[in-house]
Amino acid sequence: MTTNDFLQIGLFLAVLLLLVKPVGSYMALVFADAPNRITRFGGRMERGIYRLCGISSTEEMSWKRYALAMLLFNVLGVLAVFVLQRVQQWLPLNPQHFAAVSSDSAMNTAISFATNTNWQGYGGESTMSYLTQMLGLAVQNFLSAATGIAVLVAVVRGFSRRSSASLGNFWVDLTRSTLYVLVPLSLLMTLLLVSQGVVQNFKPYVDVPVLQTSSYATTAKDAAGHDVTTQTAVTTQTLPMGPAASQIAIKMLGTNGGGFFNANSAHPYENPTPFSNFIEMLAIFLIPGGLCVMFGRMVGDRRQGWAILATMLLIFIPLAIGLVAAEQAGNPALHGLAVDAHASALQAGGNMEGKETRFGIVSSGLFAAITTAASCGAVNAMHDSLTPLGGLVPMWLMQLGEVIFGGVGSGLYGMLAFAVVAVFIAGLMVGRTPEYLGKKIEAYEMKMASLAVLLPCALVVIGTAIAVMTPAGVAGMANPGAHGFSEILYAVSSASNNNGSAFGGLSANTPFWNVLLGICMFLARFPLAIAMLAMAGSLAAKRHVPESAGTLPTHTPLFVTLLACVVIVVGALTFLPALALGPIAEQLMSAMGH
Amino acid sequence: MSKLLRQSFVLLLLMTVITGVLYPLAATGLTQLIFPRQANGSLIVKDGKPVGSALIGQSFTDPKYFWGRPSATSPNAYNASASSGSNQGPTNPALTDAVKQRIAALRAADPGNTAPVPVDLVTASGSGLDPEISPAAAQYQVARVARARGLSTSQVQALVNEYTSGRQLGMLGEPRVNVLQLNLALDTPRAHGS
Repeated sequence: MTTNDFLQIGLFLAVLLLLVKPVGSYMALVFADAPNRITRFGGRMERGIYRLCGISSTEEMSWKRYALAMLLFNVLGVLAVFVLQRVQQWLPLNPQHFAAVSSDSAMNTAISFATNTNWQGYGGESTMSYLTQMLGLAVQNFLSAATGIAVLVAVVRGFSRRSSASLGNFWVDLTRSTLYVLVPLSLLMTLLLVSQGVVQNFKPYVDVPVLQTSSYATTAKDAAGHDVTTQTAVTTQTLPMGPAASQIAIKMLGTNGGGFFNANSAHPYENPTPFSNFIEMLAIFLIPGGLCVMFGRMVGDRRQGWAILATMLLIFIPLAIGLVAAEQAGNPALHGLAVDAHASALQAGGNMEGKETRFGIVSSGLFAAITTAASCGAVNAMHDSLTPLGGLVPMWLMQLGEVIFGGVGSGLYGMLAFAVVAVFIAGLMVGRTPEYLGKKIEAYEMKMASLAVLLPCALVVIGTAIAVMTPAGVAGMANPGAHGFSEILYAVSSASNNNGSAFGGLSANTPFWNVLLGICMFLARFPLAIAMLAMAGSLAAKRHVPESAGTLPTHTPLFVTLLACVVIVVGALTFLPALALGPIAEQLMSAMGH
Repeated sequence: MSKLLRQSFVLLLLMTVITGVLYPLAATGLTQLIFPRQANGSLIVKDGKPVGSALIGQSFTDPKYFWGRPSATSPNAYNASASSGSNQGPTNPALTDAVKQRIAALRAADPGNTAPVPVDLVTASGSGLDPEISPAAAQYQVARVARARGLSTSQVQALVNEYTSGRQLGMLGEPRVNVLQLNLALDTPRAHGS
């Protein structure tokens, strides 16, 4: 790795740490029970929305009612996106006259966007009308992120409230997430992105003449079965347009990751400069990081939030550096050829297949680690073309359960499930009833936390097994050998942890893959959220246990290490066998020169 | 349940208006006002007509032009309406074959040049539309372009330098050369330095 590699990683972490505190403190005010200057500022608009919906903002919900409201709202969202895709050909704002999306793809996409996954089986610029992108996909980018934040806030209230039967009001939490957090940040982000060259308009695609005309050959069979080759001249280039920046802003801030264009954040119109790349990376971690700070404030002990954030960084930093180092080392398959892959002042070198020149190795590698640590899934380089070890890192970051920053809200509530498991394990060691944040952790909480930890693991393992045993599953592989298996493992890991990135070679826009991954995405999102709400409901009802000499402090380096170990051990034990068949086997073959 | 359903429905509708209509319209209005060139695709305009975008690469195979990154879009390279990478894995024999062919094509266009080829010139970009190459990849091609155009290498080198940008803010990303802008400049008479 070069000095500049370390400089860019260091700068990113420094700016992130500077920003999480103000953002977290702000969110703590937004979700505070008592009215304050921020909720008073937007009070008129908020009250208007509640009046139209017949919502009483002071109504407190039990965990069951909170979960039911969350589920109904999201299922309705899935249906809306599904219908919109099926009728887009009859609706306005479709300048390219795209047809209706097939029903299995539309189902997959609807679930994908409503679950904050944003797995994309389709190519944006050749499938979705502007209207579908705006009213369907972009809206779910906001609402799935807002849902994640709302559920997290309710879970945190489970710890902060004492002897309470309720967790707050889902409608209020959802509305405030959207109005006070996501929309203002997105507008700011849109401006920054467009300043760098991200497109934002409603114009039809622009045809420009190409400087050097060329032609390409296509071969088709004629009626008699003979191959007929036709030459097509290329004299123009069609530049895609659209309201991309406003959608990309929320795609990053909401850890959604669904691209406006097929190549996602590798596309120069989605991510035109190194600076736009830097702010896209920051935007992915900004809210998940800020939520840790908010969590500390809401439970009345800021150190608790920093301890969780430290745990995330402890796992993230070495893995990110490992990924960049693996990519900088390059592809051994090209070593024998007349290729110069050494890093120098004039080139990034390394494994440049699937990467953009402006990002080189470090801005691509860091982005890949960030997007999979958080459940964003946007990509600025093609993960399928990463080196075997470089590809192992994003895959494993997803398999850890999307708790290293993770999705907005969902990452932190997933990490809190791990924290409960960690205090339980510590409790077993010393033979005491475990406590976390002043609440006794008992059988019911442990069941719910274990469910939340194990559900995604089970989905990955079972889903991968089904895919590799089914001809329709195997048919999707684009690369031969161990790498083909990696493509399948990556896809199921991505869907089952609501990430959404892909080893893009996999042909996943088939009924088999659309249905399998649709089920994985749905089950990974809602049952897990409901389990966490159930745990929170039970915790909220408990009394506060005062700290005693036997209480395990959960803000110390010792606990940070313990928590990190629990996350890593669960992830390693569950997935090492599968990883051995995919990226590890490929690395060994690659190193031996096969 | 029916009350929750009604609340869900109306709230979804209102949120769709706010985040799906008002927000993108406000974003479009603001950006069209402040950054109209960028918001509309950073088009390069020549004699009042767009001739390309500074951000979207084009395909070049003629020795007199600088070549950009290999592009894996289909059916033709640099198809801007179907962005895509190759998605070839590192151990895929098809990747090694493709790299060999690209080296052979570069060598055929410039038989005297036996230097190793900078890696970005023989590997496909992520989007298939990468507008840029590394300064090393431009260096590799300077002599060929100069010969094909009957220019001195220093004339071509001066143009390359003009279209090279360093790391943004001195630190971010990588140094790079914009291929389409460089080639447009080569075709402009004033660029011949005569």
